Amino acid sequence: MITATAEAPTMSQTWQTLCSRADLVAHSGVAAWLETADGPVQVALFYLPCGPNTPRPTGPKPPGDIGHATELFAVDHRDPFSDANVIARGIVGDVQGEPVVASPLYKQHFRLKDGQCLEDEAVRLRTWPVRLDGDQVMIRV
Amino acid sequence: MNTPSPGPHLIIIGNGMVGHHLVEQLIERGGTEQYRITVFGEERHRAYDRVHLSEYFAGRDAQSLALCDADFYAANGIELRLHETVTALDRNKGEVVTAQGRYAYDRLVLATGSYPFVPPIPGNDRENCLVYRTLDDLDDIRAAAEKATTGVVVGGGLLGLEAANTLRGLDLDTAVVEFAPRLMPMQVDTEGGELLREKIEALGVQVLTGRATQHIEDGEASFHRMVFQDDKVLETDLIVFSAGIRPRDELARDAALKMGQRGGVVIDDRCLTSDPAILAIGEVALWNNSIFGLVAPGYQMAKAAADTLLGGELIFEGADMSTKLKLLGVDVGAIGDAHGNQTPGARMFRYLDQIKQEYRKLVVSSDGKKLLGAMLVGDNATYDTLMQYYSNGLELPEDPAALILPSTEGAPTLGADALPDGATICSCHNVTKGSICATIDDGATDLGAVKAKTRASTGCGGCAALLKNVVDHELEARGVEVDQSICEHFSHTRQELFDIVRVEGIKTFGELIGKHGQGSADSPGLGCDICKPAVASILASCFNEPITDAAHIPLQDTNDTFMANMQKNGTYSVVPRIAGGEITPDKLVVLGQVAQTYGLYTKITGGQRIDLFGARLEDLPDIWGTLIEAGFETGHAYGKSVRTVKSCVGSTWCRYGVQDSVGMAIQLEHRYKGLRSPHKLKFAVSGCTRECAEAQSKDVGVIATEHGWNLYVCGNGGMRPRHAELFATDLDDEQLITIIDRFLMFYVRTADRLQRTSVWRENLEGGLDYLKEVVLEDSLGIGDELEAQMQTVIDNYECEWAGALNDPEKLKRFRSFVNDARPDPDIIVTEERGQLRPA
Repeated sequence: MITATAEAPTMSQTWQTLCSRADLVAHSGVAAWLETADGPVQVALFYLPCGPNTPRPTGPKPPGDIGHATELFAVDHRDPFSDANVIARGIVGDVQGEPVVASPLYKQHFRLKDGQCLEDEAVRLRTWPVRLDGDQVMIRV
Repeated sequence: MNTPSPGPHLIIIGNGMVGHHLVEQLIERGGTEQYRITVFGEERHRAYDRVHLSEYFAGRDAQSLALCDADFYAANGIELRLHETVTALDRNKGEVVTAQGRYAYDRLVLATGSYPFVPPIPGNDRENCLVYRTLDDLDDIRAAAEKATTGVVVGGGLLGLEAANTLRGLDLDTAVVEFAPRLMPMQVDTEGGELLREKIEALGVQVLTGRATQHIEDGEASFHRMVFQDDKVLETDLIVFSAGIRPRDELARDAALKMGQRGGVVIDDRCLTSDPAILAIGEVALWNNSIFGLVAPGYQMAKAAADTLLGGELIFEGADMSTKLKLLGVDVGAIGDAHGNQTPGARMFRYLDQIKQEYRKLVVSSDGKKLLGAMLVGDNATYDTLMQYYSNGLELPEDPAALILPSTEGAPTLGADALPDGATICSCHNVTKGSICATIDDGATDLGAVKAKTRASTGCGGCAALLKNVVDHELEARGVEVDQSICEHFSHTRQELFDIVRVEGIKTFGELIGKHGQGSADSPGLGCDICKPAVASILASCFNEPITDAAHIPLQDTNDTFMANMQKNGTYSVVPRIAGGEITPDKLVVLGQVAQTYGLYTKITGGQRIDLFGARLEDLPDIWGTLIEAGFETGHAYGKSVRTVKSCVGSTWCRYGVQDSVGMAIQLEHRYKGLRSPHKLKFAVSGCTRECAEAQSKDVGVIATEHGWNLYVCGNGGMRPRHAELFATDLDDEQLITIIDRFLMFYVRTADRLQRTSVWRENLEGGLDYLKEVVLEDSLGIGDELEAQMQTVIDNYECEWAGALNDPEKLKRFRSFVNDARPDPDIIVTEERGQLRPA
């Protein structure tokens, strides 16, 4: 299970339930509202389950991974290039083994792990740690 | 940032294209270490691309026309003083004078360019009498045009027609007044000028030739009235003078440098003026009694001047004035001695087609072996080839006329390999084939690298196609395999993937990438936004399973996923199918009601349908519920698939119609709807040769004849229009459909991703003849297979929207947010002309 974040966790951060596993769409994205101290935020959730005959990223496997890891990512739903809330509707893929989403409007690629835009160094989506807890999707704010 | 050199002070007066090119040359060759450099520019803007000035109103601003980044000069240690006019040269003290002060120079370059000539007509200084030269001039024209409905350009030469295009773009009723008896008298002859006039008048621009304006006075209906030599008058709100250029030589004149009789600073082959400390380049300079009013010779002078300043030997040897232009959308080309009046004994070939409005003329040596000049109006396609014959003195083919006759298969073309190393490919930057080859030998492996190194095709861009041809050919000759892989996940072309899918019967992306992807079997990679939609399209073309099935959903672009077209604010547009453009009043009412209920903006499309814009994701299912109940089905406007079959009303109503074009259009649209293909497909059916459905600009065009149908293929509108080609004639209904079945499926199988039929056809080895052999004569023996495959697609058609509405799992996908029904608050609309649009 991957949980990635650009920020160091602090004491005030807590895990909360965002939605259920059934809300996710395999190898694609959905959007959800997230309540934060700064007000509501739209996040895009991407779900890359791994099983027989389903694609998974190439590249070195994390230790202990035996080929069936499930990956879940949460990034900003807002596309910084168009200011429209559409990131969850982009195509998921990988570039050199790194999972990315392509904005459906102007096609820039964003790394799911840390939100970095591959076409413009100065642009980065926010990311949140997410994990599956049984059938619940948990996110840390 | 570089610190300026402590060396001698070089001052360059003028920051136009040529002055800037000199700076670039100096930087490239270490001139900034030898000299401390200061550049004076009179305008507010740093050097910009004056050649493409007319694009200023067509979406390009001062920033995008600029020739360098804002910090380019500073970063190279050069002082750029914009908006500071040099008012005098003091040669005794070695100083230039501006309103701000005096600056001592050691060497000086005049690159002051030219100014537009305004004929000495009484009244030429009235308000709203303007010129066309600088960005500020364009701003003035735009401001004046706001209060005007009509505009006149005085001058029917190259710049005059550019100016006319600008006025036309500002929605003015435009006229061109030319003193000479024809347009572009320098470039074209009487026949060419006449054709040019016809073409330009067809665009709604009035052309008056042989007219000398006597004076300009107050008008009655408009702001001005122009009175001509025969007392005829023309009223207009706005006048733009574009009657040639004159050198900006007043500084040199006042400083008593040697001048030409009719102006211009006299320079020698090293660009030195009569004062060896001072050089002149560009349109201010007079070389061998000529002023060169084009950018390419200016660049060559800049190169020679840089060499002179750095102690080199390079000289300016004059320049070729051949030009290739697109004026008001009309191609005009002139090469060498285009009029054939500079070489005794010259012989001519001329071809005039008044239907297609094309005129071509060759001027050849008396023995018919060498090309001395050429003139083209209406189509510049042969320019590059002719230019190579001319500039390299290549021997002409046995029958030179073939070079200008309408293209038939087998017309002689000059391949990249036939060019000698000395052949100039890019005349703006003087790049030869030899230097391109050298760049490739030094490690450049693609077109971008060659362009970056040689700067070829970065000036006027006219050589782009030829350059690509040469680079591709040279790379191939060196055994560099041009990588045709679709993306990093598959080392296959689209056509190869298509064959794999078809032959192995692979039905999912996971299976395909697992078996044939670049990754390992247990770690095959995810794919990407290139290969996933391409494979989705291939799977749909082969099996036509609903794209909304779980296995296919992650492959689709958002438009296919949500079966609607995403607009810039994240909402969607909805386009139900209106086959053949025929719709009942009841259905029209439903469209109106749906638009009212959901606050949608409505617009008629080019394909005779109605587009409903601004639908929120979560509203799409309800909208489609209503539409399907009223008998609509999905229109596939979101897919790379068959879009529309446009039709004219045909024999049922029209007194000229010879066949039922609407009936055929509806039949074709229902047959091929839902066919997914490498790119979108557009059809049209016209009921007679008047061709009101514009079928000859479509991928598949059908035109009624008295005996049946003529079929045209591979046409295109859009960015690069292409006339469709006649493929088969006088077909009955059944023959027509069989041929279209085969044609479409052959395209679907063999084209690259996102390749329209027009480009596919142009890249098809063997051309139209080969396509005819495959489709009409079944030379590959695959006719039955293609038809059967098309039948599979047709048999498996179902309306994707109807399917989605019946499946609660699929409907879940249309929630804007999975955990809350709150709508997206960032979609904000405003009202315009009685409808809503994004704020």
